[in-house]
Amino acid sequence: MPELSELPSRLSVRLHQSGPIPLDADFHCEAGELLALVGPSGSGKTTLLRAIAGLYRPASGRIDCGGEAWFDAGQRLSLSPQRRRVGLVFQDYALFPHLTALGNVMVALDPLPPQERREQAMAWLARVRLDGLADRHPGQLSGGQRQRVALARALARNPRVLLLDEPFSAVDQVTRRRLQRELAMLREQIRIPIVLVTHDLDEAAALADRLCVLHGGRSLQAGPPEALFRRPASAEVARVLDRQNLFEGEVVEEGGARRLAWGAWRLEVAEGLAALPLGARVSWYLPPSDVVLHRRGRPSQGERENPVQARVETLVVLGGVTAVTLAFDHTERTLSFEIATHAARRNGLARGEPVQVSLLATGIHLMGAETPPDMTRMTR
Amino acid sequence: MDWTALSVSLRLAAFTCLLLLPVGLWLGRTLATTRFRGKPLCEALIALPLVMPPTVLGFYLMQSFGVDTPVGGLWQRLFGSGLNFTFSGILLASLVANLPFAVQPIQRAFETVPANLREAAWCSGLSPWQTFLRIELPLVWPGIISALALTFAHTLGEFGVILMVGGAIDGETRTLAIAIYDRVQAFDEAGAGIMSAMLLLVSFLTIGVVYGLAGRRRWRRA
Repeated sequence: MPELSELPSRLSVRLHQSGPIPLDADFHCEAGELLALVGPSGSGKTTLLRAIAGLYRPASGRIDCGGEAWFDAGQRLSLSPQRRRVGLVFQDYALFPHLTALGNVMVALDPLPPQERREQAMAWLARVRLDGLADRHPGQLSGGQRQRVALARALARNPRVLLLDEPFSAVDQVTRRRLQRELAMLREQIRIPIVLVTHDLDEAAALADRLCVLHGGRSLQAGPPEALFRRPASAEVARVLDRQNLFEGEVVEEGGARRLAWGAWRLEVAEGLAALPLGARVSWYLPPSDVVLHRRGRPSQGERENPVQARVETLVVLGGVTAVTLAFDHTERTLSFEIATHAARRNGLARGEPVQVSLLATGIHLMGAETPPDMTRMTR
Repeated sequence: MDWTALSVSLRLAAFTCLLLLPVGLWLGRTLATTRFRGKPLCEALIALPLVMPPTVLGFYLMQSFGVDTPVGGLWQRLFGSGLNFTFSGILLASLVANLPFAVQPIQRAFETVPANLREAAWCSGLSPWQTFLRIELPLVWPGIISALALTFAHTLGEFGVILMVGGAIDGETRTLAIAIYDRVQAFDEAGAGIMSAMLLLVSFLTIGVVYGLAGRRRWRRA
């Protein structure tokens, strides 16, 4: 069984250029860590991956791996893709169509003597559970099988970094789930940095230790998925992460305590208000899980915490769960959350009906900077 | 049967193929994989012999092969003889006339090779040369075969250009196609018929062999 290098190798990337593809990225990935680069199309994810692989040369910046400089614009240093030793799984896999599955993997084992190459390639195919299909050409393999050949080829080189460019986008959902599970299992055996590019936030959250949020080539924030989803650093990050409940308010003082003014309401916030100056306009975000619907006629838990009145704008039943959006008089933005469908029925929720909800103070997340007006226009 | 003329024809076709192959590979790959200013002009120049009447092309080649012209003069200084009415002259003319037949099929073939296959090869550790030999060449093989077949067959049949540049010197520039014309002029239709049949047979065999080679692919593109 081929073994991968045990050398710890941290990958750090700091790149900047103003054009033709604007980049302003700064992130790192530890050995054994899976970092997902997420962002909308055109956010520079693939360009960054290509820069790490040595297939794209940015104007300035530096890429280091395990203490070795792969790219340093200041010193006009840029190692060739051959010398960087990366394993790259392309979005469409880029298998060599004239070579068999075995031949494709053997290409990556070139320096070894032929017999050893063959044995190692067979071992790699077995490791991705393709041992019976070694003699098939890529045209005779299914999408999932091709992806596995591409993964085996990428790993066979004993790479120092594994790069995955949307590796699950070209297969059906069942295959995707299986391949994702296999990747998660494979990760336990390889101790190198893994960088995954994806536009699928669920996939990123499920597979990655940390996410790096990109927009327009800029790396906006990096951190564990849960932290990013609950505590995005800015409204921009929240939008890239497809967070819905994004609002604006003002820091005010009432009865000696700091409050967040939102329309007619003065909201309690568990963290962060004290640090902001009075009168500051802030963006704030509330995770859907921190919206509590009040029962009609009966008090419910958290009723006294930031109660606000709204009317039901939409109700979408998705099986056992109902997605609810609430509209307010003072803002065009809506508040979204999900409740069990039976609870929605019991509460008699219907379009246009008035409801009362609590916005949990611990869930309200303040984001200092005001959203620039052009960003608002762009996403509205 | 004019065996000398057949031998001139075959020699001409073989040398043309041999010399145009590297040129076609280099030009075809460059045109398919790079973008540069003036590329349309470059492609138009290469395709020009396709649309020019052979006698017109032959006329200009003959003009530029004279010893008082830059091309003919240079040749004269290098090799001590002129180009017009020599085998070297018709070979050079044949190279120019066949350029589109050699370049275009190879260019089309390289255009169908996705750029990321090259990148995948580099990331797998193959040098650019290894990538060319082991990944690109096998993939463009059918294009190379087509280019060779077209060039070979077209050279065997070329008439106008050869006649203008080389005339009909026995053993030097009289190709089979020209010999056939001479026989018809001399009312030797039987002789012309035998040679025509010979040319037909050789052309058919060439095409058959090369297409047989090109068809021997076990894989299909995914």
